[in-house]
Amino acid sequence: MKIRSQIGMVLNLDKCIGCHTCSVTCKNVWTSREGMEYAWFNNVESKPGIGYPKEWENQNKWNGGWVRKANGKIEPKIGGKFRILANIFANPDLPQIDDYYEPFDFDYQNLQTAPLGSHQPTARPRSVITGKRMEKIEWGPNWEEILGTEFKKRSKDKNFDNMQKEMYGEFENTFMMYLPRLCEHCLNPACAASCPSGAIYKREEDGIVLIDQDKCRGWRMCVSACPYKKIYFNWKSGKSEKCIFCYPRIEAGMPTVCSETCVGRIRYLGVILYDADRIEEAASVADEKDLYKKQLEVFLDPNDPVVIKQAKKDGIPDSVMEAARRSPVYKMAIDWQVALPLHPEYRTLPMVWYVPPLSPIQSAAETGTLGHDGVIPDVDSLRIPLQYLANLLTAGDIEPVKLALKRMLAMRAYKRSIEVDGVENLDLLTQVGLTQKQVNSMYRYMAIANYEDRFVIPTSHKEEAMKMDEAFGERGGCGFSFGDGCEGSNSGLNLFGGKKTKRRDIIKSVQIWEE
Amino acid sequence: MSNLNFILYGVYPYIAFIVLLVGSWIRFDTNQYSWKASSSQLLRGNMRMASVLMHLGVLLILGGHFVGLLTPESIYHHVISSQAKQLVAMTIGGLAGVMMLVGLLMLIYRRLTDERVRANSRFSDVLVLFLLLIQLLLGLSSIVVSTHHLDGSVMVLLATWAQKTVTWQPMEAAEAISSVHIIYKLHVFFGLTLLLVFPFTRLVHILSVPIWYFGRNYQIVRRKQQYR
Repeated sequence: MKIRSQIGMVLNLDKCIGCHTCSVTCKNVWTSREGMEYAWFNNVESKPGIGYPKEWENQNKWNGGWVRKANGKIEPKIGGKFRILANIFANPDLPQIDDYYEPFDFDYQNLQTAPLGSHQPTARPRSVITGKRMEKIEWGPNWEEILGTEFKKRSKDKNFDNMQKEMYGEFENTFMMYLPRLCEHCLNPACAASCPSGAIYKREEDGIVLIDQDKCRGWRMCVSACPYKKIYFNWKSGKSEKCIFCYPRIEAGMPTVCSETCVGRIRYLGVILYDADRIEEAASVADEKDLYKKQLEVFLDPNDPVVIKQAKKDGIPDSVMEAARRSPVYKMAIDWQVALPLHPEYRTLPMVWYVPPLSPIQSAAETGTLGHDGVIPDVDSLRIPLQYLANLLTAGDIEPVKLALKRMLAMRAYKRSIEVDGVENLDLLTQVGLTQKQVNSMYRYMAIANYEDRFVIPTSHKEEAMKMDEAFGERGGCGFSFGDGCEGSNSGLNLFGGKKTKRRDIIKSVQIWEE
Repeated sequence: MSNLNFILYGVYPYIAFIVLLVGSWIRFDTNQYSWKASSSQLLRGNMRMASVLMHLGVLLILGGHFVGLLTPESIYHHVISSQAKQLVAMTIGGLAGVMMLVGLLMLIYRRLTDERVRANSRFSDVLVLFLLLIQLLLGLSSIVVSTHHLDGSVMVLLATWAQKTVTWQPMEAAEAISSVHIIYKLHVFFGLTLLLVFPFTRLVHILSVPIWYFGRNYQIVRRKQQYR
């Protein structure tokens, strides 16, 4: 057993209102730079839909993730080491920027500077890659917002596999849900495995997967290997970039920007302990449907004396152990099993998990048009088909999804029995295998969702850094920056860098003086 | 032997090599963020064929030059005669050269005409392509010239230049090359110029060929250093 810790995330899709605040705050902080306009470390998709970039879940098209070979070993789907290097001159599995969208800006200035005319002045779009006029914007990062294209196109969604999808195109049967997405900070990241330069690494203390911007040579294999398409090639700097899980904030004990600003309070951050020795075994399991259960086995119980003893030996600080015992992520993913991984079949062992959404059912059930399973409405008659959720979260296995939804419904019914009927209906709990203590805890974490319950993040122990002078040097330092520390690699005259990284003026702006 | 000949083929090689080495060192040391392949495939992916042809051509040609120029006559004579070696070099080099020419022309066309790629090209990106084109055309025309002397003697002179240069005998090196046709001389001169501009362009990615990828584990974990 080799214990490591990771800050995991859970998103409670049942409460996501699709407001995109997470995406916007993330973009403002991390990717509002030239070369990264098209990149959204965090984006929110309306499902069903093909998503961003187009059809990212279709690994027949993009070859992301891992495949299990006949000998039981796994290798990146884009190919083994030899094939990856053989494709280094031109990567056959690389999305085009049009698969994301051509980034654009608008001539807002024209609204102020247009001469007096008989028509309203307009702000027309302009490509920020070429600086040229774009006559029509064909696609964007959220083109399918609230089912925004025709069903025929949206139904290419890979999660419709093994389903009779035609009926969901009918108005009466249509359904939708939001899916906020970010880097999964996987236990078995395919991006890291495919990087020829070895620039992508996982941090031992908090599991954050990062790209060493100095070591990255821009071979762009990670973009293809990541099945979630959450690595973006910065077309300006020529290097790949990805969600950094706001590590400067995590180190300081603060939640990521997306979590902090989530108005629906759907995001949870907490420590998960895992056994690093069992990662490969778990990722290589034969049946895709076992991947979820196998991943659960990799996680360790922070209350187990054996685990505590080994953690001490492996150098896990006590504050991290304490946080692990209070971890909301542990509770939701392991204790109550209401959170599930996103597409475990990619074999990357993702660490951002999702609570499946309930959908309109209860009112219909109460009017008698839907089936009942005791007091709990029958989850089979949920508006969002179980198979769809299972394809999204459990490699097609319906049972775990069913259990999670039932437990959430049971929690509601149980609370209702107390608040409305004035009796505690404990039968409900035994039906779904929860204790009274667990369900009260669930209520506290998922319905009330206080800040300090949602985010239990131990501060990193910088004082343990071997060279104290290094930590001292950070005093008065430059913080997060590109380039070489305080210098900024492309500022001013530079023999090697050529063009500066500062913005080009794609759209000429003029100063208007108020008279 | 003229002074110009000595400066160009006795001194210039060392200047070019030193700039290559020191320049790359400084860039790697102080500005690694700029050290990259500079791929534009994301912006327009219609370059697979072109890029593969160009790169494979270059690799074959570079390999041929290394082996062909730096293997001493006394060694390869056990295997092949100078005449036969020249024919082999002309054939393989010619084929690889044509391969590279096709790819390179396609890439130049793309870089100059595709508005996305063009808008994001640095001066050095275009410069490198044209330097390579000139160098390649000179190399290909030297094949034509060499059909006039199939005895391998010129090839031996050029190899002598290369071998004397790498063994720090600039006088002898310049002497060896002084009598060859101007095409060869230009070819060598532009080749050295490519080395000279190397550290200031995207060519540096050649030094980062990730062969050690074969030898590493798939996963990399970094640990914060701790007190022991």
